[in-house]
Amino acid sequence: MRKLIGLAAIAVLGAVLSVSAVAATLKMAYDADPVSMDPHEQLSGGTLQLSHMIFDPLVRWNQELGFDARVAERWQRIDDKTVRFHLRKGVRFHTGNEMTALDVRWTFDRLKRSPDFKGIFAPFEACNIVDKYTIDLVTKEPYPLVLHTATYIFPMDRKYYDGYDAKGRPKDAIVKHGDAFASTNASGTGPFIVSKREQGVRVDFTRFGGYWDKNSPGNVDKIVFTPIKEAPTRVAALLSGDVDFIAPVPPADLDRIDKDSKVDLVTMSGTRIITFQLNQNRRPEFKDKRVRQAIVYAINNEGIVKKIMRGFGTAAAQQSPKGYLGYNPNLKPRYDLKKAKQLMKAAGYEKGFSVTMMAPNNRYVNDDKIAVAVVGMLAKINIKVDLKTMPKAQYWPKYDERAADIMMIGWHSDTEDSSNFTEFLAMTPDTVTGYGQYNSGNYSNPEVDKLIIDSQKVTDAKKRTMMLKKVEQILHDDAAFVPLHWQDRAWAARKGVDIAPIVNVMNFPYLGDLVIK
Amino acid sequence: MFAFLVKRVIQAIIVMLVISVIAFSIQDNLGDPLRELVGQSVSEAERQKLRDKLGLNDPFLVQYWRFLKKALHGDLGTSYFFKRPAAEVILDKLPATLELVFGATIIIVVFSVPTGVFTAIYPMHWLSRFAMGVSIVGISIPVFLTAIMLIYVFAVQLGWLPSFGRGDTVLVYGWSTGFLTKDGLVHLILPCIALSSIILPLFIRLIRAEMLEVLESEYVKFAWAKGLSRRRIWFLHALKNTLLPVITVGGVQIGTLIAYTILTETVFQWPGMGFLFLEAVNRVDTPLIIAYLIVVGLIFVITNTVVDLIYGLVNPTVKLARPHGGGE
Repeated sequence: MRKLIGLAAIAVLGAVLSVSAVAATLKMAYDADPVSMDPHEQLSGGTLQLSHMIFDPLVRWNQELGFDARVAERWQRIDDKTVRFHLRKGVRFHTGNEMTALDVRWTFDRLKRSPDFKGIFAPFEACNIVDKYTIDLVTKEPYPLVLHTATYIFPMDRKYYDGYDAKGRPKDAIVKHGDAFASTNASGTGPFIVSKREQGVRVDFTRFGGYWDKNSPGNVDKIVFTPIKEAPTRVAALLSGDVDFIAPVPPADLDRIDKDSKVDLVTMSGTRIITFQLNQNRRPEFKDKRVRQAIVYAINNEGIVKKIMRGFGTAAAQQSPKGYLGYNPNLKPRYDLKKAKQLMKAAGYEKGFSVTMMAPNNRYVNDDKIAVAVVGMLAKINIKVDLKTMPKAQYWPKYDERAADIMMIGWHSDTEDSSNFTEFLAMTPDTVTGYGQYNSGNYSNPEVDKLIIDSQKVTDAKKRTMMLKKVEQILHDDAAFVPLHWQDRAWAARKGVDIAPIVNVMNFPYLGDLVIK
Repeated sequence: MFAFLVKRVIQAIIVMLVISVIAFSIQDNLGDPLRELVGQSVSEAERQKLRDKLGLNDPFLVQYWRFLKKALHGDLGTSYFFKRPAAEVILDKLPATLELVFGATIIIVVFSVPTGVFTAIYPMHWLSRFAMGVSIVGISIPVFLTAIMLIYVFAVQLGWLPSFGRGDTVLVYGWSTGFLTKDGLVHLILPCIALSSIILPLFIRLIRAEMLEVLESEYVKFAWAKGLSRRRIWFLHALKNTLLPVITVGGVQIGTLIAYTILTETVFQWPGMGFLFLEAVNRVDTPLIIAYLIVVGLIFVITNTVVDLIYGLVNPTVKLARPHGGGE
């Protein structure tokens, strides 16, 4: 009995110790460090990751792709064109200034000026101040993606960016090239402050004492961020204990990390779709729907996921990943070589033809290997492919020229919404509106164009879902492009660094809420 | 001597001009820097606006002339990524690279001379055979593989040494050094071994071959006949003459070593010039790429000049500048 009591005492003691987590330091390594401390300078994953550390958005995505309140504590739709946001009171910037509606409007206006972000904010008319803690976001037309867009509004400290720097330049200038105040200085409401930054080598963060979110379980008070470019080195740094948390994890090392007892692996089905586009302007054959379908039937994308991606992906039959409004559960990968051959025969290309293909070799996971595999699969329906792969730096200019008959493109929707895929990848290319900017296949279907443009004004989620699902169905039936897979995401951390609750499919780990035991 | 130096300075200027022309003419093939500066969904019109602003749409000669004019004032352009003058960025990273090369050089000198001499004196000894065998392996394994193997053995499996980076450094007269802190030294070990792994076997073989040849020469035979001690013959008479060609090759190899730092630094995430260059290529950071090539060209010219000077000191039969009115 006494022994039992002793055990119980130890158990209680253990529980107490594990609950009262003490302040901890996180050493983390990504493949690259953010380009700038200005959240509006470049629209990229790196910028958004940093923004979630030193700033806070009005609302943010949660793991179920819903919205969590951040510096806006609640919101409601007032009318077709207006959504009202009620700001949290007493939220302070790193300088100590209080965040108010004026800061939000100032940030909104700056976003409208940013070359990278103005596209996302194009549907918005204004940000109107109702009172000190209330703002209205007004759109030009009824717009369903107001909350999606609000995840991009990270209020900046208006007073901090006011005035001129030592060289007489305005502090709020958004400068792409050359140094600027906002690129190297920041004041936000976020959980962390950059205490030291040596670009390309290391960034040190310390926790902001006046952080508004007192309910956050996060106990990390210091972060040492090191970019480690080489994947094997990044993995070695984690396994040897030099760092606590890494991302991305290369597919080749997934097994190894999963089996290691000292580290935890967290993976998540991703939202970036990888596709091939078949250029109908360059190849008359691709104008024939049957030929496009034959190609889709000939490509064993489930095999690619299994063999080349080592299971690190989800084979796709459409653009929208599960969880997006437009995701159409009826669409399944359709590898069927016999059917492919029949379709080629029906189209009159039984003997096949020769085409050119280009793909990057350092942009997507295993991009060049995927391209090589597809070349082999197309040979089975007598399509001879002349493949060229190249680094992304050289690939994008080639892509803009539409330099090959078949080109690879991966896309992640900036709005986490289905229509973004179609707007960029499958709508009729139009240099004035910018639609179809990445539609190298030149697929054009007035019905799809109309559905997407109409869907942009539908604020009724049910109706909009129907429209977006229909778009996916049409693109699937038309074989507008060749869907391959959605790339998975993976993070790994030392045991005790509880990353599972704070990572998400957008890959903006909410490090402010991270708990280290 | 003075004439020689003037000649070398002119040579250096020509080398750097040629490099800058080449670098400038290939920049269009490196990719589009705008792609790295803006997000993927930014419209083509916005991109063109930025391109105009950066002067990337100007004709080649206009761009090159603008570059030359600035370069004469010491401005090699501004890095797109770092947003600071390219020359300044490179000079910031120079200490890390030079320390790496220095560390590797120490390893090479300390190991290659005794091993080379030993294998020449006792060619049939098992240790000699072992050293020769290992050196073959060293030459044939690419440096990045050596580096990754070192990391896995000493950092992951044994946990003795850190896996990446430079560790703690201290500033000494504006030079950040890792040689003066324990953490910095520990971080230097693996990268230096990896970097030396290619050149070390080469030097062992070179010293061995030269030494073997010298030991066969008349004057050594005469020394034996004269009854001089073994040590005196080996280390004073033979080794001295062995080192002449080694110095020449060594000078050239220091340049090669700097080239190999690109691989070593990338694997070890070593914050030096080589890693910087590879990243710049990935990001199409053209001003930084051009500045790097020019700086490395300059380093090559300087090391070659220094080697020629040393060679002149060690071997009195070599004259750097021909005297007026005839040859030797």
